[in-house]
Amino acid sequence: MEALSPTMEEGQVVKWLKSEGDGVSRGDIIAEIETDKATMELTARGDGVLRAILVGEGGTAPVGEVIALIGAADEDISELQAAALAAAQERGAGPAEGQGEPAGGQGEPADAGVAVVGTDTAAEKAPPGANGAIDGRVKASPLARRLAAESGVELSAVAGSGPAGRIVKRDIEAAIAAGPVATIGAAATPGFAPVLVPSGAEFEDVALSQMRKTIARRLTESIGPVPHFFLTIEVDMGRAIEARSTINAMLEREGRKISLNDLIIRATAAALKRHPACNAHWLGDSIRLFNRVHIGVAVAVKDGLITPIIRDADLKGVAHIGAEVRELAGRAREKKLRPEEYTGATFSISNLGMFGIHEFTAVINPPEAGILAVGGVEEVPVAEAGQVVVRSRMKITMSCDHRVIDGALGAAFLATLKGMLEEPAAILV
Amino acid sequence: MTEKDFDVLIIGGGPGGYVAAIRAAQLGLNVACVEADKLGGVCLNIGCIPTKALLTSAALVNEIKTAGAHGITFAEANVDLGPAQERSRAIAEQLSKGVSHLFKKNKITHIQGRGRLLAGGGVEVEAADGGRQAYSAAHVILATGSRPRDIPVLPIDEDRIWSSTGALLQSKAPETLAVVGAGAVGMEFADVYNAYGTKVTVIEALDRILPLEDADSSDVVERSFKKRGMDFHTGALVESADVTKKSVKLVFKDKKGQQQTLKVQNVLSAVGRVPNTNDLGLDDAGVALDDQGFFVVDEYMRTSATGVYAVGDCAGNQLLAHKAMHEGVICVEAIAGQAHGTVDYQNVPNCTYCNPEVASVGLTEEEAREQGLEIDIGKFPWVANGRALAAGHSEGFVKVIRGAQYSEILGAHIVGAHATELIGEFVVGRHLESTVEEMDRAMHPHPTLSEAIAEGALSALGRAIHI
Repeated sequence: MEALSPTMEEGQVVKWLKSEGDGVSRGDIIAEIETDKATMELTARGDGVLRAILVGEGGTAPVGEVIALIGAADEDISELQAAALAAAQERGAGPAEGQGEPAGGQGEPADAGVAVVGTDTAAEKAPPGANGAIDGRVKASPLARRLAAESGVELSAVAGSGPAGRIVKRDIEAAIAAGPVATIGAAATPGFAPVLVPSGAEFEDVALSQMRKTIARRLTESIGPVPHFFLTIEVDMGRAIEARSTINAMLEREGRKISLNDLIIRATAAALKRHPACNAHWLGDSIRLFNRVHIGVAVAVKDGLITPIIRDADLKGVAHIGAEVRELAGRAREKKLRPEEYTGATFSISNLGMFGIHEFTAVINPPEAGILAVGGVEEVPVAEAGQVVVRSRMKITMSCDHRVIDGALGAAFLATLKGMLEEPAAILV
Repeated sequence: MTEKDFDVLIIGGGPGGYVAAIRAAQLGLNVACVEADKLGGVCLNIGCIPTKALLTSAALVNEIKTAGAHGITFAEANVDLGPAQERSRAIAEQLSKGVSHLFKKNKITHIQGRGRLLAGGGVEVEAADGGRQAYSAAHVILATGSRPRDIPVLPIDEDRIWSSTGALLQSKAPETLAVVGAGAVGMEFADVYNAYGTKVTVIEALDRILPLEDADSSDVVERSFKKRGMDFHTGALVESADVTKKSVKLVFKDKKGQQQTLKVQNVLSAVGRVPNTNDLGLDDAGVALDDQGFFVVDEYMRTSATGVYAVGDCAGNQLLAHKAMHEGVICVEAIAGQAHGTVDYQNVPNCTYCNPEVASVGLTEEEAREQGLEIDIGKFPWVANGRALAAGHSEGFVKVIRGAQYSEILGAHIVGAHATELIGEFVVGRHLESTVEEMDRAMHPHPTLSEAIAEGALSALGRAIHI
């Protein structure tokens, strides 16, 4: 099982696209794997014949475990097969459903048998986390780095086939040949579940999806060791709403629109630029302050949420941000995001206003130091100069990691953000 | 499964065979090596090592001629090939004993004799006295090497017409020698015999000497050799050789298509090597050969017959000892289930130990252009390197072929003193996939020849410092 995303720890085989006995060439897509983030394609890292499938469809395996054997047609794979099964049983997993007998014509178990599979697959040679990323450092040859940079391949998404998972030239060439890390959506279940009076069990145990497992693990990690505190501020959105109308009138001819949330993203990015101490990661023994602002925007998807990233949001126009959010959110719902599109945020925003939420707190996504929980805009009566007037107000709650952001710092950031939303021209200052 | 005599039985004790034997023993396998002759093979006994001993002698002869500049004067030096050959033999002898010692240390059985594969597995060994004994082994590795190519127009008799073997057995340098074939072997012996007073004429069928090297490298060596009085006929084909008791009359067609005659005392035929793949019982064992007579092997050196492997010259690709050693290691590691990779045939260094030395790895400029690659060329001459000047060796250069797109080290060529030692740096650089920039950024000590490697790299980037 290859690490198909930076945070992947195990994967579920959705579908085998090759059968035992099929010939495969390096770069062929052999299976669809559901990772913690998306359904990804698993490509062959060597030429040969798919000799044995060790983890059937629906089966799960941790990163680094052998899930299939590719070798020469007449190679003796019995030892490898036995070793892989032993490893699977050791961690308590029986032979997965759909596991087949080794393809016919198993090599002569002759004394002359060679106990090696004739391909250098990364999964065999590299330890878990096969892309060579250890402690955040990606091991790659200088040539591979150069090749990746110039062909737009994200190194962290490539599995290395060199010593100890080092990424070498051939891995990048294979990644380029395979094209963008195109993903295939999980088999859709069209239509709605029929409404029936429940007649059976009163409850249902639902198996955890890979994404749900990751959410659970990550958020438990968060609420546990991260010393959160929360700051709430009320923002008058009157001018922001006006600004949205003005901008949308200008964009009408292009057939485009922005939302208040796009404005909030843009304002947040500008405010972070003024308060760089909030644009930070907690690294355990250091704090990383970012010079660039990459904002993760929480998007609800079918069985969870994902935060696609608006990179350099402080440098982008609000229409640009709006278009990007819509494009990324669309693909997020189809589970077609590439790993580099949802990793590396410096700060995050979660907006539940459209769900009628008045105000809430959001859980920090470590190692980020803060997240904004944005509620809905509501018309509320407000006393102004002795008069009761109706204003459009919105509540923003910032969750802060106290190890990075102290109360006063968070408050100053929120005051700047409030100022920008209440007078959008301030974003330009 | 019946008990076998050995886990691994290797036929041939040259660099491919003896290294495979030692590595297999290290991996805990029970190993035997069948070798009729001395351990170490051609390389150690009648190839690489003894010629290097002779070339050291030849270099000293040439160096002595510069003694005056160092303030050393003596009566005219007399040169005699005899003692130099004896020294060369002694060194080969010593190294061969070293391999025997390594076999003992690693508990490897040396079976004296000639091995042949038996039908249905196993190997029969014929001893010098004609006695035969069969051995069984789970894995048999053929490491039978190669021998000089004998072309009909120039039949090798080791008397008037030598192969490299004959050229290593002479205690007197002839007055005249024609070297047919200007590859590494031909150029090395041309150098040796020239130093010991022989008038050497080189005849090469292709259009330049050292035709496998970069054309710039060939140029430097040809100019240097001409300065020392050698004659060259490139693009020339030998048509006949008339052997008499005291001489050989060679008739060849020169570059312009004109027939020329050359009378010499001896001829060295150095026109390549052919694999030793005959009389090994291959048909019975079902081992396939390619159309040139080399064993057909896969990346783990497996032949078409189960349990039979081939490494070294007999398995094709570059006929070089270092390639053979690597194949031997890869073969036995795969047998032991500990394969760690395969041989990178694109990263095999080529070395010619004549004076000036020539070494290269990767593509020549011509090959890179033929492949349509976009390249930058860097060239740094030794005259711009302080250490080379101080040592009095300023012939030649370091040349780097850089892939323009990714700054890949596509090829490197070094001509000059210690070129064969220096090329290793480029081999490591390529193996680790360094870009050309890394070859400079890694600091080189000053003053050394190795600085020229950084300068060659910088030159390919258009910014060499000392030129």
